[in-house]
Amino acid sequence: MSRAVALHLGLIAALFAAQFVLPTYHQGNVARIMVLATYAIGYNVLFGYTGLLSLGHAMFFAAGLYGLALPIQHLGWGAGPALLSGVAAGALLALVVGLLALRTIGVAFMIVTLMFSQAFYLSVLLAGTWTRGDEGFVIPAAKQVLFGIDLATPTTRYFAALALFSLALLATLALVRHPFGKTLIAIRENEERARMLGYDTFRHKLGAVVISGAISAGAGAGFALLFGYAGATFASVQYSIFPLLWVLLGGAGTVIGPLIGTLFIFYLIDYASGLTDAYMAVVGVVLVALTLFAPQGIAGELRRRVWKGLP
Amino acid sequence: MSILSTRGLSRNFAGLRAVHDVDFDLPKGQVRALIGPNGAGKTTFVSMLCGRIRQSSGSVSFDGQDIGRLPAHKRIRLGMAYTFQITSVFQRLSLHENVALAARRAGTDEGAVADALSRVGLADRTDQVAGDLSYGHQRLLEIAMGLAQAPKLLILDEPTQGLAESEVLAFNALVRALAGNTTVLLIEHNMDVVMAVADRITVLNFGEVLAEGTPEQVRANPDVQSAYLGTA
Repeated sequence: MSRAVALHLGLIAALFAAQFVLPTYHQGNVARIMVLATYAIGYNVLFGYTGLLSLGHAMFFAAGLYGLALPIQHLGWGAGPALLSGVAAGALLALVVGLLALRTIGVAFMIVTLMFSQAFYLSVLLAGTWTRGDEGFVIPAAKQVLFGIDLATPTTRYFAALALFSLALLATLALVRHPFGKTLIAIRENEERARMLGYDTFRHKLGAVVISGAISAGAGAGFALLFGYAGATFASVQYSIFPLLWVLLGGAGTVIGPLIGTLFIFYLIDYASGLTDAYMAVVGVVLVALTLFAPQGIAGELRRRVWKGLP
Repeated sequence: MSILSTRGLSRNFAGLRAVHDVDFDLPKGQVRALIGPNGAGKTTFVSMLCGRIRQSSGSVSFDGQDIGRLPAHKRIRLGMAYTFQITSVFQRLSLHENVALAARRAGTDEGAVADALSRVGLADRTDQVAGDLSYGHQRLLEIAMGLAQAPKLLILDEPTQGLAESEVLAFNALVRALAGNTTVLLIEHNMDVVMAVADRITVLNFGEVLAEGTPEQVRANPDVQSAYLGTA
């Protein structure tokens, strides 16, 4: 077992153990953070490893959210099939959006993804009959059951969130060690060179969009299932910016960066809002400082200073 | 038999005839140098061969197949390797990963990576990051990336630019060692290199073929002398 695998399994083990020592309040927080970090992991596949900056990932998160919540609410599905339909909805949406958006690059790609995401958000509002728009709807506790386990208790919710997070974490670790993932990194570093080595860069980027969309959707579906709520806020532009921030601060293009970034910002806001009402000002100053002194993000700095082999 | 040929290959840029009506045949195993004054259309010409630029008219065939409409990556997959005029490597990746990316796509093995790096004299730096290399060494790395693909045709655009004298000599030996197995098309300004390694030379001037022949024939050609070589 390599050091990298050991490090990531160790992280999962630490999160597992944390459940037994964390106070209830933090237990709930960390469960939420792990689900959101899963979203950040999905975002990182595209942004950190492929070098494509999307401003529209909320549509994939929300596709998972509604791909799970709508069939439960209106078709009476169980959590298992609904989880799959959530992920499938995100992957399918990512395929369609990818086919169109990848015809552009750079700033145009950012704008096209933003545009698609806004169109998705408005569609959610338009379909208010089923989605209940901004107000959203609650998933009945009776439906928050997977494989006979009630996911609505703090402990089971924590472990379910950990399972989801671990799956995404280990999947990305495997991805970046796989030739496909290494080619994505090559595309990020120098797309023209990768193309002139004979790689079909369009197909690789499309694959990255689909994987990224599917993981983001998995996070959205997990979020709706574990916290029992689906609402249009999760499709808004704010939820496209969050994963970008988490990944930037945690360390783009590192496997553990998304968790570090999500954890950091969550607790930064939590702590700062206990100090002052102007907590966003505190958060802003810290973010500026981090950008100045650790432009590669926290895990990126670790890679630079401590261990160059950090995947 | 020719591994690569073009018929009537032309490219205009907004009315400028960068390459005009070029018929070109490159026999298998030959080392061919492509020379000509700056702006003669050499890079445009090879870019049309490997698909970075689409021709305005004319045809390209490679290994018995018409490739004029194929996108670049498919042409590379047929067995071409290309090194850029302006060095293009993966700056933040290790030398090993740079070459391994080339080898993996081509389906050659780990041995090909080590072999390619040692052939260009970079075997002792495999774990270094490419961006830390000098410009000349980055060019050698790019050549290694070409070699690792075990290509049928290796296209090198000004490979010796920025190399030290000893490295140029090593490069000459490397290319001569490839001759016979790998076909090489070389754009080169350094006449010593051209004369040392080329089996034949094609001279481009104003986008057209001015002359073609052995190094001696080209050197003796009065048109070439006036266009390019001066009175040497």
